[in-house]
Formats: sequence, structure tokens, C-alpha cells
Amino acid sequence: MKSTKLADQANSQELRVLLRERRDSGRLESSRRHELLAQLLEAGHPVERRSSDCARPAMAVLQVGDDEEVVTPGTPWIRIAAMTAEQVVTNLADLRSQRELSDPGQWTPWFPVIDFGLCTNCMQCLSFCLFDVYGADENGQIQVQNEDNCKTNCPACSRVCPEVAILFPKYGKGPINGDVVRKEDIQKESMKVDISALLGGDIYSSLRDRSDTARKRFSTERDESKALLERKRCLKELKESLDIPDEVLMTLPSAGEIEERTRRAKEKAERRRAASQTIADQEASRPAPSPEEWDI
Amino acid sequence: MSGDKRLLYCHCAYAKVVPARVKHELLEQLGDSDGDFEAVPDLCEMSARKDPALADYAGDPELRIVACYPRSVRWLFHAAGHELPQEVELHNMRESSAAELSQALGLMTDRESGA
Ligand code: SF4
Ligand code: SF4
Repeated sequence: MKSTKLADQANSQELRVLLRERRDSGRLESSRRHELLAQLLEAGHPVERRSSDCARPAMAVLQVGDDEEVVTPGTPWIRIAAMTAEQVVTNLADLRSQRELSDPGQWTPWFPVIDFGLCTNCMQCLSFCLFDVYGADENGQIQVQNEDNCKTNCPACSRVCPEVAILFPKYGKGPINGDVVRKEDIQKESMKVDISALLGGDIYSSLRDRSDTARKRFSTERDESKALLERKRCLKELKESLDIPDEVLMTLPSAGEIEERTRRAKEKAERRRAASQTIADQEASRPAPSPEEWDI
Repeated sequence: MSGDKRLLYCHCAYAKVVPARVKHELLEQLGDSDGDFEAVPDLCEMSARKDPALADYAGDPELRIVACYPRSVRWLFHAAGHELPQEVELHNMRESSAAELSQALGLMTDRESGA
């Protein structure tokens, strides 16, 4: 089920603060300013530092010097010269709760981003991901639709993309982190795609075989710990080679599930395409409005 | 600060992928400079939320962005429904030092500019 956390987050216009600091007098000392900026950003507030006023709306103006207030309805001025960074951040937290804005940073922004310069729309990512992160638009084009369904720190779908087209900007290593895709990466990635290759064949049957072996061992030897160790060893191998978290490994789809998901995704895309076609046909067949309808 | 180009800094607040030293040194130098700038907690989060401010940034070919890999930043904007103009300068805190970035951005403190 789709989490609502992302949709509930306040947007940057609601959280933005203006740090009004003149070029001459009325400036914060360097380390104080840096502490304030870092704390504001870590508390989820975009900051605009300006020496003059700004026409764009802000949640609050943080005023360093003793200039007179420029009255902007709904935008409080907070005189911060004598305040610590913590005090400023606490003031803003109070303001957020008065305005019933949710606290920023409740969701870790970990999700796939598609490089459409490389994507060939093969839909392998959509078929592979069990968490409905991917979908297709009305033209059948792959899309990331539910970012907040993605499992934090799981780059598994980038491993099945044959084109190295899936980025996780917060991933440690390239090219998945957005670093330039080199020829060697494509070669490496196409080997891997056979994620499979890692286990000497199809990943799904390998996993199944391994758990079958583990199950047999369990039933014959009645040695639960051995069976568990075998499973753990297999998962560790996958986890280390591919950085895939346990939670995802434990729920990898079977080949049958993949086929079923692909079929459902195609149907869904087809329905969306048909619906938009119907609307277009209705628009086209609708008679031109009469002067009365236009209220002329 | 060199030129009057708008400058956007991303603090990558919800992950530890940008070296802390680079982002903090650069943020300090931005603050010490005599120019205006904008700083956002996390462009990734803004992209996922389709934050309306991204449209404003993407509408400015004079923009300079200091964040991470340019390929990530461009496709993050695309994912939110906005193409970054080709002219937008993208600076990468995951690959460059604060000194290199500071020089590339022409950050001048009052002290350095003799003010
Ligand atoms: S697997 Fe890769 S190439 Fe295929 S649709 Fe997904 S992102 Fe595009
Ligand atoms: S755009 Fe790059 S620097 Fe900014 S939050 Fe995302 S990963 Fe971090």
C-alpha cells in the first residue's frame, strides 16, 4: 500500500526562509552563519541568503541587522542577531506546528531515477519490482510512479536494467549514483543482468534450488540451524555482490510472478491508452458549441 | 561572487553521500562570499515530491547548481517534469574539493576581494 508520507510533506515554498544579511554591516560572524545555515538545512528549511528583499514568498525572514521591517503580510520577521542557531530552528519548528505543517525529513529520499537517454522501455524494472514503484504512462512509457514505495538502500532494479539506465542518486558507487556510464560498465552490467550469472544461472531457479537443498537437508537431517545457515550464506552472497537488502531478497518474484506482472502492466497501460483515446474521440466528435453555449 | 548568475546549493541532508567536509567547507565559503545564493536541503526529496520550486529553477538558463553527479541532477529534474536548460552549470561535490568548487564558482570573500 502506498505510504502517504511523501504526499504529506510540506513543499519548499512553505518552508523557505529568507536570511537577510547586508553586505556591509549587519552580517553574522562566519562560523555562526555556517552553523545556522547547516542547522536550517538539516531541519529541512530551504534558505535564501540575500542582501536585499525578495519578492518570493517565505515562511519567515531571518533578519541579522537592525533594519526596519518591510511589512509582508503573513511573513514574520525574526531578529536573529542575539539568537543561537538552535533557538532559530526551534522558532521555526513552532511556526511549522502553528501552521500545521508536517516535520520535514520523515522520508528518506531513496528511489530510482530513469535516465531516458539510455532507457529502451523494455519494462524489466517494472516486471521485477514487487513494490509497485514503476508504472507506465498512457503512451506505455515506463515511469517511476510511487517513489515512496521503494525500499531504502535497495538498488535491485538497477541491477536488472540491461541499459544501466536506472540511477539511485544516493547510491555509493557509479554508475548507479549518476557517474558517467563507461563502456566497461555496460559490459559489466550486461554480464550482471544476468544477476543470474552470479549464481551460475537464473537467479530465481538458483534461489529456489538453494532453498530446496536447504529444505531437503532440513527434512533429512532435521538440522534447522544448518538449513538456516545455508539460506543465510546464499543471501549473504547475493547481498554482498549486489547490495540488495534481505527484505527484498526474501520477496524476489518467481518467474511466473514476473510474467504475470508484465501482463498486468501491459493491460493497465493499454487501458490508460484506450481511456485517453476515448476522451480524444469524444472531444473530436463533440459539435462546436453554439453561440448560446458560449453565452455570447 | 563572479557574475550575477543565480546559485543553488544542495545540502544532500538526508544521506551521507556527499563528503561532509566538502559540503560544509563550501557552505561556509558561500556564506562568507558577498553574493546572494539559495540552499535547499535535498534536491532528491524535492524531485520525488515534484516540488513547485523546481519549475522556477529549471526556467533559468543562468542557473548554477552545486550538488552531485550532473547526470543525476538532470534526470531528477526530468523526473519532476522539468528539463534543465543545457546552459545550466552543474558542479559536483562528490568529485571535486571545496577549493576547486569555490574557484569554479568564483566565490570571493570580503577579505579576498580587499573590501
Ligand atoms: S529496465 Fe532499464 S531500459 Fe528497461 S524500462 Fe526499466 S529503466 Fe528502461
Ligand atoms: S541531488 Fe545529489 S547532492 Fe542533492 S540530495 Fe540528491 S544525491 Fe544529494
